[in-house]
Amino acid sequence: MQKLAYKKIAVFGGVYNNYLALEALVKDAKNRGVEKLYCLGDLGAFGPNPDKVFPILLENNIEVVQGNYDNSIGNDLSDCQCGYTDPQDNYFAQISYDYTFANTSAEFKSYQKRLPKKIRIELGGKQVLLCHGSPRQTNEFLWESATPNHFLEKLFQNHESDIILTTHTGIHWQRQLSDDKLFANIGVIGRPENDGETHVWYALLTENGNIGIEFIPLEYDSKNLASEMKEENLPQEFIDTVLTGWWTTCLEILPVKERVRGKY
Amino acid sequence: MSLESLKAHDSTWEIIAAEIPKYKPKFDDIPSAPLHSLDTLWFQVGGTICNLWCTHCFISCSPKNHKFGFMPREEVMKHLEESKEIGVKEYYFTGGEPFMNRDMLGILEDTLAIGPATVLTNGILIPERVAKRLKAISENSIYSLEIRVSIDGFTEETNDKIRGEGSFRKAMAGVKNLVENGFLPIITVAQTWEDSETERIFNGFKKTLTEVGYNRPRIKMIPPLRIGREKVRSHGYDKYEYITKEMMVDYDDHLLQCTTGRMVTDKGVYVCPILIDSPEAKVSDTLAESFEPYPLKHQACYTCYISGAICHNFSASEN
Repeated sequence: MQKLAYKKIAVFGGVYNNYLALEALVKDAKNRGVEKLYCLGDLGAFGPNPDKVFPILLENNIEVVQGNYDNSIGNDLSDCQCGYTDPQDNYFAQISYDYTFANTSAEFKSYQKRLPKKIRIELGGKQVLLCHGSPRQTNEFLWESATPNHFLEKLFQNHESDIILTTHTGIHWQRQLSDDKLFANIGVIGRPENDGETHVWYALLTENGNIGIEFIPLEYDSKNLASEMKEENLPQEFIDTVLTGWWTTCLEILPVKERVRGKY
Repeated sequence: MSLESLKAHDSTWEIIAAEIPKYKPKFDDIPSAPLHSLDTLWFQVGGTICNLWCTHCFISCSPKNHKFGFMPREEVMKHLEESKEIGVKEYYFTGGEPFMNRDMLGILEDTLAIGPATVLTNGILIPERVAKRLKAISENSIYSLEIRVSIDGFTEETNDKIRGEGSFRKAMAGVKNLVENGFLPIITVAQTWEDSETERIFNGFKKTLTEVGYNRPRIKMIPPLRIGREKVRSHGYDKYEYITKEMMVDYDDHLLQCTTGRMVTDKGVYVCPILIDSPEAKVSDTLAESFEPYPLKHQACYTCYISGAICHNFSASEN
């Protein structure tokens, strides 16, 4: 475990090739006095030109947990292991996977292969466990409306820690549990949250006696991303999501409470 | 076989089923499935009692089948309490027809206080009054309440041939009430057609559902389980259709429901929602004792193996 001397860290998930959001995040986090950046995985998918993400990670010394996407890309697998089960969801997932795989350099693939599945850090005396879907399964979906407290408490028992941070679903939420345990799904910076807003989200963890998690909405140049996606011949459905903030694909995996808030 | 002749034969269907040759795999070639974690807890809350008499029902539910009874609210509550200790992730309620159980709304209230719930229903007993109650229960919880409505054809003619006269019209009324009360019911369709027809049928459902105001329908298609009444309606499993040890090599056994779930009935805990008609599929009386690995010796296990945990809301399907 790394014992951190930092007071403020930023944690984000799901870059999905969105290097413009990643650039904006680095700048925004530095302006807020963030000392260290952590990414919970899924570097590729959805957006254009995967290799543009790589130098930003290296230049800013960002530590990255391996997501299912990174595991697939790094190990030359034939699909993203996203965990979708609906044929329509899988159809679109495969388009973005094939594109990302074909456009990722060997060096970036090899980097993704070597990423750790979990990172443990100590911040302000609290043990923080960073993972992708859940501590027990990389591609597990933990939605706010489908994750009981007692289930989370069991996760804390089985994976000793005070704070668990995950991503994978694409929608952020947090819950305070008994025994001062704190769970959060920190969302993604790769695509908006299906709420009609074009911004994306990341999390700030600040040590001030206790640890608090603050979710930060992040604006980036979504129009520029959309035109680059068009140049790369990515599906119009993906471009519409970037421009409108509504999910148009991979919807069948959403529980009803999350689904009903969206447009499609 | 027609619905009428099936009904006539229903009381003696076991005799008919027994006439279909069974194939038993060699004992030492049967793999076992461990329970990795009890994530999905099922309740046979409606027993085998149903207001319909569907020709493909894999546990032969009917108004007269009392093999499994309704589960009272207190009994469900007892298991819900036990499930918290275990760390169960989600709860499913089926039957029979769950809404024939007068305790059903109370049971859903209790469940949604602790976690997400899904009800598998034929949609017939969801008048506006019930839909409004369900809405109130759902809005009172941070967890999702999913309603899955079984409809087997997108026209009255095709559906009623399987589910009985008038069932299409009544189920669609239930769907409409749910949609008007903010639900996005998952329409569950058992595949009784050739694969080449799937796209046409999917689009047919979309159109029919849109016409009653369900503009973004969720549709789940599942393969039929060739046991119970379905074994008589179509045909049983072929003799090669069972799981062998060799088939489990490099297979992700999380796709099998028995590796992450159990089924509670008024007669004890069963290995999965599909096999409750097999006495040997009863694994224990309490959840705590239900964790032993289970031998995959039933031919219905083959459908689960091929299609992925088909009973789950977000499971893989062949389509």
